[in-house]
Amino acid sequence: MTAREAVETSGAAERGRSVAAIRRLLPEEVRGALGRHFLIAVPFLWLGVFFLAPFLIVLKLSFSEVALAMPPYTPIAEWVDEAGSIHLRFTLNLSNYLLLVEDSLYRRSYLNSLGIAAVSTAVTLAIGFPIAYALTQVARRWRFALLMLAILPFWTSFLIRVYAWISILKTEGFLNQLLAWLGLISEPLQILNTNWAVYLGIVYSYLPFMVLPLYASLERIDVSLMEAAADLGCRPIKAFWVITVPLALPGVVAGSLLVFIPAVGEFVIPDLLGGSGSIMIGKTLWSEFFNNRDWPLSSGVAVILLVLLVVPIVLFQRLQLRRTVG
Amino acid sequence: MRQGLSAVTMTALALGYAFLYVPILLLVAYSFNESKLVTVWAGFSLRWYGALFENQQLLAAAWVTLRLAVISATGALVLGTLAGVVLTRIGRFAGRTLFSGLVFAPLVMPEVITGLSLLLLFVALDWSRGPATMAIAHITFATAYVAVVVQARLATLDRSIEEAAMDLGARPAKTFFVITVPMIAPGLLAGWLLAFTLSLDDLVIASFTTGPEATTLPMYIYSKVRLGVTPEINAVSSILIGLVAIGVLIASVALKVSEERRQRDAQRAAAPRAAMVPR
Repeated sequence: MTAREAVETSGAAERGRSVAAIRRLLPEEVRGALGRHFLIAVPFLWLGVFFLAPFLIVLKLSFSEVALAMPPYTPIAEWVDEAGSIHLRFTLNLSNYLLLVEDSLYRRSYLNSLGIAAVSTAVTLAIGFPIAYALTQVARRWRFALLMLAILPFWTSFLIRVYAWISILKTEGFLNQLLAWLGLISEPLQILNTNWAVYLGIVYSYLPFMVLPLYASLERIDVSLMEAAADLGCRPIKAFWVITVPLALPGVVAGSLLVFIPAVGEFVIPDLLGGSGSIMIGKTLWSEFFNNRDWPLSSGVAVILLVLLVVPIVLFQRLQLRRTVG
Repeated sequence: MRQGLSAVTMTALALGYAFLYVPILLLVAYSFNESKLVTVWAGFSLRWYGALFENQQLLAAAWVTLRLAVISATGALVLGTLAGVVLTRIGRFAGRTLFSGLVFAPLVMPEVITGLSLLLLFVALDWSRGPATMAIAHITFATAYVAVVVQARLATLDRSIEEAAMDLGARPAKTFFVITVPMIAPGLLAGWLLAFTLSLDDLVIASFTTGPEATTLPMYIYSKVRLGVTPEINAVSSILIGLVAIGVLIASVALKVSEERRQRDAQRAAAPRAAMVPR
C-alpha cells in the first residue's frame, strides 16, 4: 500500500466513523421508525398517485359532458364572472349515467359480460380441477416438469394465444377441416365471430390462473386424512367430496375470482374472436373511447363496471390479505 | 399412499395439456408454411421469417417494446420488492388494509379500466404521452405481480437468520441487502421476468397510455390481426413464444437448482446439531 492510498483509506474510514457517529445521535427507535416509514411511503405514494388518484379522475369525468376540445370534455367546476362577482360554478352532468341505465345496448353489454364471465369461470373450474388434482397425483420427479408446462402458457403473450384460435375456428380453419375429414360435418361450422368462440377464448386464456391456485391448495392437503378416511371405511369417491373438495375451497374461490373479474372487462377476446355481434362491456368502453372519442361516457362505463365488480374485488383482497397475515 | 396414475388422472392431464398446447403448436408449425394462406399447408419455408427482418415498422415496434419491458420490469422489481417487504416484515400500521388493497387490486382490475384511468391522469397532469407514460403504467400494474412473488418467497424464509444478523449489529438495510436479498434472489429473478413478459404482452394499457409516435409490438400485431391472419404474424409470434419459453425454462431450472442447494445446505447445517442431541 502506498502512502497516498493509506491516507485515502484512513480518510474514508474517518468519514465513515463520523457518519456513524452522527447516526448514533438519533435514538435507535427514531432511526427504525424513519426507515419503516420510508419503506411504506415509497410504494404507497406511487400506487396512490398512479392507481388510486386516476379512479377519482374517472369518477369526476363521468359527470362531465363531451365537448369538441382537447381534452374533449367540459369542466365540472369553473370560475365564472356573473354581474361582476366571480364565483365557482359546479356543473354535475348526469346524462352519461342516464344513458347507460336507459339504453338497452349498454344494459345488454353489462349483462352479457357478467353472464359470459360467469359461465366461462364455471367451465374453467370444471376443466381446471381435474388437471390440478391429477398434478398432485403425479410422481414427484415428473411434477416439476408438468407444473412448468402448465405455467408456460401464462407467460406467453395473451394476444398471440388468442390469435392462434382464429386460424383454428374460422370457416376454412383447422377445426372445420378436421371435422369435415372425419365426415362429421358437411357444411363448415360458423364458430368464429360467435359467443362460442368468446367462451372458448376465455377458458383457454385463463385456464392457468385457475389451475395454479387450485394446485396450491390441493397440494397442501395432508394425505393422512385420506388414509384415515379409507381406514374408517369411507369409499374414495365419498372421501374426495367430504375431504378434498372442502379443503380445496380457498383455491376454488381464488381461482374463480382470478378468472371472473378480469373476464368481465375483457377486450381482446370478444374483439378478435367474438366479432361485431358479440357485445361485452370492455369492447363497448374501448369503442366509446377510441372510435367515438366520448371520454365522459367511457368514464361512466368504467365507473359502473367497477361498481359491479366491487364485491368480487373486495372478496379477492380479503383472501390475499389473509394469506399475507396467516 | 400414492398409487400409480389412474386412467382418469392420465386422461385429465393428456386432454388438459393438449388443449393448452395444440393451438400454440399449430401456430408455430404454420409459420414455416410456404403459402400465404395460413391454414393450407404448401411446404416448408423460412420466407416469412426473412420478411420480418425487412419490415422496418415491425423492427421499430420491437425495439420500443424491448426497451419499455426492461425499464418497466426493473422499476416494478424495486417497487414490488418494497411492497412485499412491507407486507411480510412490517406488522400492523395505519393504512395497512388500504396498502394491501392498492398492491393486489391491479392483479384483477380489468385492463380497460386501468388504461383509461391512467390516461385521464396523464391528460389532467398535461404530460405528453409516449414511452415514459407507458413505462409508468406498466410499472404500476406489474408491481402487484412482483409483490406477490416476493412476498411468497419472504413468507417461507427462516427469519432467524435475519434476526441473527441484526443481533450481531447489522443495520436493517444492511441485513436486507447482505442476508435477505441473496436468499430471495430466485424470487426476485422470477418477479423481474414476470414483469418483463407482462410489459412485453400488454396491448390494452399501452394503447391507452401511448402517444401518437410510440407503437409497441402488441399494438402492431393487433392492428395486423384485425385485418386477418397472416403468416408474417405467425412468424413474429413464434419468435416471441420461443424467446419467452427459453427464458422461463432457464430461469425455472436455475430456481430449482438453487432451491435444492439451499435445502442441502440447510440439511448439512442441521446435521451436526442433530448429532449433538442426546438420544
